[in-house]
Amino acid sequence: MTVVFWLAYGMLGVGALLTLVRLGMGPSLLDRVVATDTLLVIIAAGLAVHAGLQRDPTVVPVLVVVSLLAFVGSVSVARYIGGMLLRSAGDGQDVGLPEAAEERAARSLEADR
Amino acid sequence: MSVMEALPDVLAVALLLLGTLLCLTAGLGLLRFPDVLTRMHAGTKPQVLGVLLIMVGAAIRLQGWSATWMLLLVAAFQMLTAPVSAHMISRVAYRRRHVRRDRLLVDELHTGGEMRDSVYRGDEPADAPPEEPGRALVESRREDLDGPPDAGGRQPS
Repeated sequence: MTVVFWLAYGMLGVGALLTLVRLGMGPSLLDRVVATDTLLVIIAAGLAVHAGLQRDPTVVPVLVVVSLLAFVGSVSVARYIGGMLLRSAGDGQDVGLPEAAEERAARSLEADR
Repeated sequence: MSVMEALPDVLAVALLLLGTLLCLTAGLGLLRFPDVLTRMHAGTKPQVLGVLLIMVGAAIRLQGWSATWMLLLVAAFQMLTAPVSAHMISRVAYRRRHVRRDRLLVDELHTGGEMRDSVYRGDEPADAPPEEPGRALVESRREDLDGPPDAGGRQPS
């Protein structure tokens, strides 16, 4: 059982750590939104794994709240950035999004050529 | 402990470990993939399959109907909300051009290089100020001089 504990929490922890790295690196706000969403899902999974391994049903209501929170957070941020936009001329720097790493990479590729 | 007693525990632990493995792959994919859409593809793996596996495993281990119903609620809720949030994020990513177009095989939303801000109309209040104040002023002055426009004329939008 100890092996199972280490394996489960180790995989969850490494996964959460990697999403935290993506959350810090960015490069765009949407990447951070996706990373936050995934991080909350991993936290919910960790709570469920704890509940399952310890046979401890007290954390199960917390699970419902966390999964609700992930949905509401990501949708509200997406609405906030996008608004009623159908098509954009800029890449969103006018509303505070950083320059898209994709655009920068494509431009440097063009410059090298 | 007989085999029949150990079997549910083994099954539950296997499901839990599979779910945590999916969480690990989500982190890896999130770190390694090149743009928002592909990162979202990686990040959504534990949202549906991982959560389902972990919920089933935990429900087997917990052995109580109240906990089982609540875990079922969480799983159903994840399956309802994951498509919605993924749709909204990917739509904003496409419109804000955070997508590597050179990696797209099919781009059905491409508008042919028309680079212009385009916002959905019909959401503004009825007494909102006019979109182009100068033209609106000229039109209203002409209406004051010529009388109201004829019935077949253009309705002011």
